[in-house]
Amino acid sequence: MSGELLLEVKDIHCGYDGVPVIHGVSLEVRSGEIVALIGANGAGKSTTMRTIAGLMHAASGTIAFDGADITKVPAYSIVARGLAYVPEARRLFSKLSVRQNLEMGAFTVKDRGEVAARLDRAFRLFPVLKDRAGQIAETMSGGEQQMCAIARGLMSNPKLIMLDELSLGLQPSIVEKVLETVVEIRKQGITVLLVEQLVQEALEIADRGYVIQTGAIVHQGTAAELLASPEVRKAYMGM
Amino acid sequence: MDIRKFLSKYGWPLLLAALAALPLVGLVGPGFSSHVLITILLTAAMAQAWNLIGGYGGQVSFGHSVFFGIGAYGAAFAVCVGKTTPWPGVIVGALLAAVTAVIVSYPCFKLKGHYFAIATFAVVEIFNRVFMIWDWVGGAVGLDYTILEDGWRNFTWSVDKRGYYLGALALFALVFTVTRVIERSRFGYYLRAVREGQETAESLGVNSTGVKLTAMALSAFLAALCGAFFAQYNFRVDPPMVMSLDMSMKFVLVAILGGIGTFWGPLLGALVLIPLQEYSRAYLAKLGSGVDLIIFGLIIILMMVYQPGGILGILTGTKARKARLRARLAAEGGAK
Repeated sequence: MSGELLLEVKDIHCGYDGVPVIHGVSLEVRSGEIVALIGANGAGKSTTMRTIAGLMHAASGTIAFDGADITKVPAYSIVARGLAYVPEARRLFSKLSVRQNLEMGAFTVKDRGEVAARLDRAFRLFPVLKDRAGQIAETMSGGEQQMCAIARGLMSNPKLIMLDELSLGLQPSIVEKVLETVVEIRKQGITVLLVEQLVQEALEIADRGYVIQTGAIVHQGTAAELLASPEVRKAYMGM
Repeated sequence: MDIRKFLSKYGWPLLLAALAALPLVGLVGPGFSSHVLITILLTAAMAQAWNLIGGYGGQVSFGHSVFFGIGAYGAAFAVCVGKTTPWPGVIVGALLAAVTAVIVSYPCFKLKGHYFAIATFAVVEIFNRVFMIWDWVGGAVGLDYTILEDGWRNFTWSVDKRGYYLGALALFALVFTVTRVIERSRFGYYLRAVREGQETAESLGVNSTGVKLTAMALSAFLAALCGAFFAQYNFRVDPPMVMSLDMSMKFVLVAILGGIGTFWGPLLGALVLIPLQEYSRAYLAKLGSGVDLIIFGLIIILMMVYQPGGILGILTGTKARKARLRARLAAEGGAK
């Protein structure tokens, strides 16, 4: 499971308008892994993701991806380096069709043939999207929209895809379906960093996990260790 | 081929051909109705230029009178101070407007939504004051044209309006064609992506600031061409006439009335608003000045309350609702 180091976040601190939210988060993702970042609402999971994606920048600490420092790199050029971010609540272009949404994901690619090939791969991974290719995104069900958002993230052909709160607003049976596709994505050789509130479900598919609480990592370990840990079980699974 | 497909493919060139034929059949001449026609075409072009960044890009700018004004001053300066034809002034003015747009918008784009709109208000005031006290371009008095020889060289016609009509038509055709090309290009997608969600667009690799600045520069360039036409048509220019919130509002309101972010919206808005404005000004003037503005304001309020999609929203509203419903039913049926 332990390939080379792909993403290394070292002691980042950041906040919104001077209010600190993250106090020294460090984490690592190795290529080929599924890593879950778990924690309660407001713990700083999404802020960590957004900082890695370059949508906001850390006040201190460093982020390295694929051997290069990306701490101060703007979001739009991080994508081109092979790091895709699927934002929370999907954020599809609601008035565009599924196909147009996916094509937007391949923004950095100028070659039409390459875009078509990636579109094809996305449709193979999510056959339901192929049937819905011409449909306007906002008219699909929540689960389908989430799949569309993931597929859009994959269109940039990333080495690492970050998935923010896939389960948001989805019914449990659909969550399971969506998480299954995450395993499928890894089979394609794409590394996954997952943010989830649904701790149990996330750890069931992940290799390793980090538990974040009020802006700091409080536990880390393999998914099996975390699932067995009494603190984690008590705090997040109500057992 | 059914009628809708036919219109979407050939509607635009057919409309242009019909408009170009109007003078040939003697429908355009020296009269008031020709003035109304010219004003409709000019206003539609202005609103469409604004629509590029304001509608498709979702950045509601109240600063377009500045770019319009720079274009107007470009032409007038070439004629009144440079003692030459307006053409070099038109080009220089439009380029200057594009550069100004980039310089002014760069800091403003750090602001989002309403805050961006408010910042652009301030920009108009600043430019208005500067041009008021800037003697080199005529100060508050502005620039007055001397009598020039009629024709395309000077872009001046003293009685017959056919030349102006064709000029306005060319301007209208240019702005609308540019919009159509952009609307159907990759750049058009990115622009709409930025409007729908700037962060999402960024996280897909779209340089949203770059996209917005490009659209703004193009929009300002086209608005400046409209301004140059306006100066040529009125034989004069002064700051309140071109660089004012009144003028900025015209850009915004016509597009909103017609249907913001749509290809036909600006034309529909101008088609309704301009005849109303011109004829009410002509026939209701005895009721006091500003009656046209009262009517103008009323229509906008009613539109905002009942149909934010504009005239185009009224025309297509029920159809779009039905289509959405059908799509939803189909989606639910498929999910089972």
